[in-house]
Amino acid sequence: MSAGIDLDDVCCDFGSFRAVDHVNVAIQPGEFFSFLGPSGCGKTTILRMISGFTEPSSGVVRIGGKDMRGQRPNQRPTALIFQNLALFPLMSVADNIAFGLEVRGIDKAKRRARADELLRLVDLPGAGDKMVSQLSGGQKQRVAIARALAVEPAVMLLDEPLSALDLKLRQHMRAELRAIQKRTGVTFIYITHDQGEALAMSDRVGVMSHGRLQQVANPRDIYDNPANGFVASFVGENNILAGSVGAVGQGFASYDTPLGSFRARMAPNTGGAVKLYVRPEHMRFTAEAQAENSVPVTVTDVAFEGNFISVHALSENGTNLVAELRNDGLGNTPAPGAKLHISFDAARAAILPDETAAEA
Amino acid sequence: MQDLLRRYGTGLTGAFVLLTAFWLLVLIVLPNFYLLENSFRPYLPRVDMGGPLDTYSFDNYAKILTGSSPTEVFGLTVTLPVHVKSFLLTVGYSAFVTVLSFALAYPLAYYLAKIVQPKSLPTLFLLLFVPLWVSEVLRSFAWFIILSLKGPLNFSLLGLGIIEAPIRWIAGYRSIIIGLVYTYVLFMLFPIYNAIQSLDTNQIEAAEDLGSPWWRTHWRVILPHAKPGIASGAVMVFMLSAGSLLVPVLLGSTESNWFTQVIQQWMFEAADWNTGSAYAFILLVLCTVFVSLVMRVFRVKLSDIAK
Ligand SMILES: Nc1ncnc2c1ncn2[C@@H]1O[C@H](COP(=O)(O)OP(=O)(O)OP(=O)(O)O)[C@@H](O)[C@H]1O
Ligand SMILES: [Mg+2]
Repeated sequence: MSAGIDLDDVCCDFGSFRAVDHVNVAIQPGEFFSFLGPSGCGKTTILRMISGFTEPSSGVVRIGGKDMRGQRPNQRPTALIFQNLALFPLMSVADNIAFGLEVRGIDKAKRRARADELLRLVDLPGAGDKMVSQLSGGQKQRVAIARALAVEPAVMLLDEPLSALDLKLRQHMRAELRAIQKRTGVTFIYITHDQGEALAMSDRVGVMSHGRLQQVANPRDIYDNPANGFVASFVGENNILAGSVGAVGQGFASYDTPLGSFRARMAPNTGGAVKLYVRPEHMRFTAEAQAENSVPVTVTDVAFEGNFISVHALSENGTNLVAELRNDGLGNTPAPGAKLHISFDAARAAILPDETAAEA
Repeated sequence: MQDLLRRYGTGLTGAFVLLTAFWLLVLIVLPNFYLLENSFRPYLPRVDMGGPLDTYSFDNYAKILTGSSPTEVFGLTVTLPVHVKSFLLTVGYSAFVTVLSFALAYPLAYYLAKIVQPKSLPTLFLLLFVPLWVSEVLRSFAWFIILSLKGPLNFSLLGLGIIEAPIRWIAGYRSIIIGLVYTYVLFMLFPIYNAIQSLDTNQIEAAEDLGSPWWRTHWRVILPHAKPGIASGAVMVFMLSAGSLLVPVLLGSTESNWFTQVIQQWMFEAADWNTGSAYAFILLVLCTVFVSLVMRVFRVKLSDIAK
């Protein structure tokens, strides 16, 4: 039932503006794949090329191995859930869900039965006779999902479907979507600019910037082994230090900055402008200086965030460093004004191509 | 009202209200009321006005039922009073004009609202409006020339080999229909354009994405959404057509007799304003009834149109 999707060197130009730039990715059948990126990076454009509303300027979209060039959206085995859902306000909930079946000439009784079945699947039993305007945001969401599932698509395309919902409902619907995907086995392509959402739901994530795919990997690798500074910064927080690469060897390199010399991971053939990236949660404070990657600092600010504590510290040359400490409930966090040493493991820090270099 | 008072002060607001009231009362309500009153009184020489003969009755209204002419309808011969026949033909052809205007306006409205590049819209609207810069009389005369037997339309059609013999356009009600559609089609176009314009394009795409062919998308999504616009356009075109005098007079043939022409004949040829008024109210009331019935059939509410 589900199908894989290949984007083969796909570009999309609007006039002289290139919205999608040589994107290559093979999405597996039954995979939950997310495109993650900031506003305007071309996510919706990619989705519209898969669903057939926009033709690529060059390159090929294949669904289930079939070249989709020249196929209209109503000929493709995809179902798109729009950012604003686009439910039909003049039809009842059941008619909305059954629209795709009506199009296929299925008779009324069968349509209704199928709509009721889908309403149960999305946890809205008995809502068939309501009008769309009588539903809450989360319920509309589910109706949109049911309407898309009704045509038994091989691929579901979701364009930031949760962005209009409040936090609690969003978290609930994340789990729900994931469960529906598992139950139906349909390939889901999910678009979001919320990194938490992408990491929590997806089998794999493609991070985009300025029309280009920066990295495709599973959520863990996206977070722990970002391919470049853009991915590292977009997916999570970092302490970023500028300097120059010194001695290189065995996946590590030394990096000289005004703060001192550090050792961190560096992929073998990293070229161009690079910076040092360290996640705040990999920073720790000690009373004594450590053997490597250690800087004397003065704590300036302690912000209590609930499950973690964010500590800002200033080095002797005026660089601001941030550490996030887990709230272990024991209350032994540094106090503002404390003079301590901040340090990190070489294995937890990375020398990556600069974020601005990735965007250019 | 509060808002107006705050914004313009008592003096100016009072002036607005008074002017509007003057316009409504003196220029619309009173003349109509005068005609209505007159329609129930007999047409009398001046000396008898206000005399014993000047009594209220429905006699003027009943005149429409006098005089009869045999008429062929679908092969059956029925005998109808001449003026009733003229009235029925006027309503029937006005409805036809309305349908024709819709058929022309809907695709164009859809094209303007959803397909055309927004930047070329001003030019297209300008092109639509340019004919309105010429007076209605001149435009009707222009059609008279275009449609004449040896006119440019027949000349072009003959030249292109589409027809073999010239068509007599100004015959029966043909030329009136053409003229009315041309004159009033924009009244259909703009309400429909506005309605379709307000439809979220994503809904059209959603329908297509779910596999809908274009005609079903129109039938199930776009037309229902545009219904209020279609209804207000249709009411306007129908009422304007049924009430038009200029086009039937200028483009009418020897066989055509629009109901407004009958009214005009009573008023200006027979100088019988009383009967003319009665006929005018028959036209107004029956057209309103007809429109309400049609709206009920299509389940359109008055409040939808007002939107
Ligand atoms: N039809 C169009 N004509 C011209 N430019 C377009 C068109 N559609 C999109 N763009 C441009 O292409 C770029 C990518 O747009 P796209 O809608 O794919 O972004 P996005 O990643 O979905 O952003 P968001 O998260 O805000 O929805 C944007 O800069 C946008 O202005
Ligand atoms: Mg988008």
